[in-house]
Amino acid sequence: MSSHVTDESSTEPLIETVGLRTHFITPRGIARAVDGVTVQIRRGQSLGVVGESGSGKTVLSRSMMGLLPRNGVIREGSIRYGGIEIQHRSPKQMRRVWGPEMAMVFQDPMTSLNPVMKVGKQVTESLQLHLGMSSSEAMAVAEKVFRDVGIPEAARRLNQFPHELSGGMRQRVMIAIALACGPNMLFADEPTTALDVTVQAQILDLLSAQIKDRHMSMLLVTHNLGVVAGYTDEIAVMYGGKVVERAPTKALFSNVKMPYTEALLQSIPRLSHASHSRLAVIPGRPPDLVDPPAGCRFAPRCAYARDLCRREEPELIQAESPDHTFACHFPVGSPEYHERREELSRMPAPLLGRP
Amino acid sequence: MAGSGKAHLRPESDALLRIEDLVVEFRIGRTGLKVNAVSGISFDVLRGETLGIVGESGCGKSTTGRAIMQLPRATSGSVVFDGRELTTLDKEEMRKVRTKVQMIFQDPISSLNPRRKVRDIVMEPLKVWNRGSKDEQGDAVDRILEEVGIDPSRAAESLPHQFSGGQCQRISIARSLVLEPEVIICDEPVSALDVSVQAQVINLLEDLKRAHRLTLIFIAHDLAVVKNISDRVAVMYLGKLCEIGPSDDLYAKPAHPYTRLLLDSVPEPDPGVEPRRSTIGGEPPSPVNPPSGCRFNPRCPSASDRCRTEEPMMREVDSGHFVACHFPLHGGEAPVSVRV
Repeated sequence: MSSHVTDESSTEPLIETVGLRTHFITPRGIARAVDGVTVQIRRGQSLGVVGESGSGKTVLSRSMMGLLPRNGVIREGSIRYGGIEIQHRSPKQMRRVWGPEMAMVFQDPMTSLNPVMKVGKQVTESLQLHLGMSSSEAMAVAEKVFRDVGIPEAARRLNQFPHELSGGMRQRVMIAIALACGPNMLFADEPTTALDVTVQAQILDLLSAQIKDRHMSMLLVTHNLGVVAGYTDEIAVMYGGKVVERAPTKALFSNVKMPYTEALLQSIPRLSHASHSRLAVIPGRPPDLVDPPAGCRFAPRCAYARDLCRREEPELIQAESPDHTFACHFPVGSPEYHERREELSRMPAPLLGRP
Repeated sequence: MAGSGKAHLRPESDALLRIEDLVVEFRIGRTGLKVNAVSGISFDVLRGETLGIVGESGCGKSTTGRAIMQLPRATSGSVVFDGRELTTLDKEEMRKVRTKVQMIFQDPISSLNPRRKVRDIVMEPLKVWNRGSKDEQGDAVDRILEEVGIDPSRAAESLPHQFSGGQCQRISIARSLVLEPEVIICDEPVSALDVSVQAQVINLLEDLKRAHRLTLIFIAHDLAVVKNISDRVAVMYLGKLCEIGPSDDLYAKPAHPYTRLLLDSVPEPDPGVEPRRSTIGGEPPSPVNPPSGCRFNPRCPSASDRCRTEEPMMREVDSGHFVACHFPLHGGEAPVSVRV
């Protein structure tokens, strides 16, 4: 579901970041994993964060939830949750927020679950800790949540260990743990990447139904544009630690501005394309976050880059439609874009396709 | 789908690779139970063809690929490569065959020796088989590295971890090509890669296939990737073949309800396309104790009593397009009971 019901209170963001920077101190220098990101998510809305490996999407979600270590991390900018600044809260203070307010579903359900604890216990743990329930109350809630997330024979499953469950069931358990305390903000970091396509569809449907029923907000991190297309209200495309384009999902797909987003979309093999149709590729690799290129970080890989792009970093600017911003000097549709496109179309094809 | 039968096999003389009644079982400890990983499948691959194999985890697609290489040997059935039966070859003869049938794997980084220079990794097959002089070996390696887009001078002094995932997969491809094989079995070669890099590797495989006249078996769970690269696609479920046919035809007009549901589960990168609601419920049952009749019947929206008792046989629904289903779909419509 692309459009969730929004109420009057939804104009205020539930969570927002302003100029968020998360830099890691590494032996090679400072890695700018998240470098000045401003995003908002309103209540009941879902934001998809898309990008290649190393674009900073996972670090963004973990920064927002306050899950990064204190040491060796430089943090700047602001993270406000329900209007309150949480960027510099200690883990002890954050524990009150984790569970009842924010929760996260991780990519790999096998390594994120405790292998030597029954899954029921892993759900009730947070209920007892955060909501002060007795163990029998918590068990009853856990059983209900298991049923909500579509785990058959919920009562029996509560007493099983993670290794006794299939990958899809484990991911349902992860979601149950995240939902147990009734959070308002759900972070899902590649929740379906480790799963089969059939199970992926089940899990995405489940997440989207739960978001609707519980009127939650969600930040969905993924590299799969197909996943965000059907299941989010808004999309932020990240590249080299920055948001390079952001728009409501429909607007983004119908009116791409940033050549990177366009290239990402064109590189996906589609069911609707004939077999053996040549895939468009993005040459080269994502930028080095310790020593990013000057100007636009995508310029070295961009077919439409000009001198200006290599010199001057583009600011996020407003597109024609509301809520659509992008950072590009010569966006898709500009005269310079068309000019270059024409030049490229006259070049022999292998030059376009080759890495 | 649990389909058996060999109606879909083409004349023996045309096929470079012909697999018949392949069965692979694994014993579970001393329990006396066994996992029926592959339960009697047959298919063939013509010279220069790319066969895609798709299915969910646990359907036996990787086991099938490995059984062709005799890694491990199949429990029963026959694998004929270029007129030679492979299942009865001794170890040494099989080693020789493996120079002609190579394999590339899913995780490009862990399939390369982390302590050896990349150029040496690619050269090793030539050394093992003593192909040419040292200089000739070096030239061959540099040529193939250039071809896959890796700088030979960098490869000479770098270890695998100094390359990205996509580059490591290129290196694996170079290693598999250096002996000039006829067949390459690709087991999920792009599923660990970013979508942009995935496109590079797929295009590379297409180019190499043309340049080296390769025959490919491409195993993957991503239906769109498989469609893009394959001439013919086989759909597997719980150790059986459900459907096989030319890729465009099979995707446009899936005849097996399982193929239809699999296709409907793929999220389209287009918010204008409403996600189809006929997604498949449940998960594949255990291959230790597979259902009788058609193995897909417990999850199939159009299953009847016949499907629970009688195993469907492969039959042709369109030119070169075969399905193992008692009630195949016509023109790819949604299975009756889930049509909204």
